[in-house]
Amino acid sequence: MVDNNLLFQYLLRLGDDQQILSQRLSEWCGHAPTLEEDLALANIALDLLGQARSLYTYAGEVEGAGRDEDQLAFLRYENEYTNALIVERPNGDFAHTITRQLFYSVYMDLHWNALLSSKDETVRAIAAKAVKEVDYHVRHAAEWVIRLGQGTEESHQRMVEALEEFAIYTGELFEMDDLAQQMFKAGVGVDLTLLRPEWEQQIAAVLGEAGLRMPEVNWMQTGGRSGEHTEHLGHLLCELQYMQRAYPGMTW
Amino acid sequence: MSEKFTPLWEVFIRARNGLAHKHAGSIHAADAEMALQAARDVYTRRGEGQSLWVVRSDQIVASDPSDKDMMFEPTASKIYRHPTFYEIPEEVGNM
Repeated sequence: MVDNNLLFQYLLRLGDDQQILSQRLSEWCGHAPTLEEDLALANIALDLLGQARSLYTYAGEVEGAGRDEDQLAFLRYENEYTNALIVERPNGDFAHTITRQLFYSVYMDLHWNALLSSKDETVRAIAAKAVKEVDYHVRHAAEWVIRLGQGTEESHQRMVEALEEFAIYTGELFEMDDLAQQMFKAGVGVDLTLLRPEWEQQIAAVLGEAGLRMPEVNWMQTGGRSGEHTEHLGHLLCELQYMQRAYPGMTW
Repeated sequence: MSEKFTPLWEVFIRARNGLAHKHAGSIHAADAEMALQAARDVYTRRGEGQSLWVVRSDQIVASDPSDKDMMFEPTASKIYRHPTFYEIPEEVGNM
């Protein structure tokens, strides 16, 4: 039997990753380099928002305290979000955003695929839907990385800088803290360390084709899973939560 | 982005099996693969399609608008080319 409080925390964590990245990607709406990419990034943001909604809704049911998806999405404080730091980092330029998309999408593709054999039926169902969406996110990011890497001197240089910036945030994605361990033991979650070799291989393959390399990193940034965030999350939440804070309970 | 790096592509979508691909619009993209992705992202967001074609706009051979009279006008008086003069037996139903 799975401890409901642990399952709740676990679902929130998974939901937070999708919601925060969704919010970040939405910032490109109306600002992307081309109309085509404007829509592509908004589409991806909406996929992630859909996944977050399913996870929050289920988390609310598991918690059993009457909180729904909106309350979990909009009415928690900064230190109650347990997303990985990589998703809250600012968008930077297009190369930065695409680099984060590659790192994160390949990770989530492996993660969702592993969750297809979760013992939790709802998690399995959410994973089955998400896998198809994230397959495309991987393809979208990978094709861009290859073209930016092999594009102009400037696009190549910007990719090098973006890889430097985000590499230190990739370690956290595979951390197995107490909650992750417990959920793995319960058969609900995944042993994330097992995903890492495949992740490294896939990233190396794309970067190789792009004429780029993963920078050497001696230490990894961490903290998101325990609610310790960069200075950027608070600002993101201000925008995200404004309407619900200013007009409590408002609906469309 | 400039035309030089991202030429124009025409997008065709097939809505269902058995139907023909229909022109949906155009997009800019650097190459064929990116064009296909852009077409998917711009034109199939609401379940419009099962299959996509993209083709470089400059590869399309188009009729000259000034040839309109010669090309299309003469057909206006050929009503016998429309299959409207046959009596269809009741049993056949809708054709």
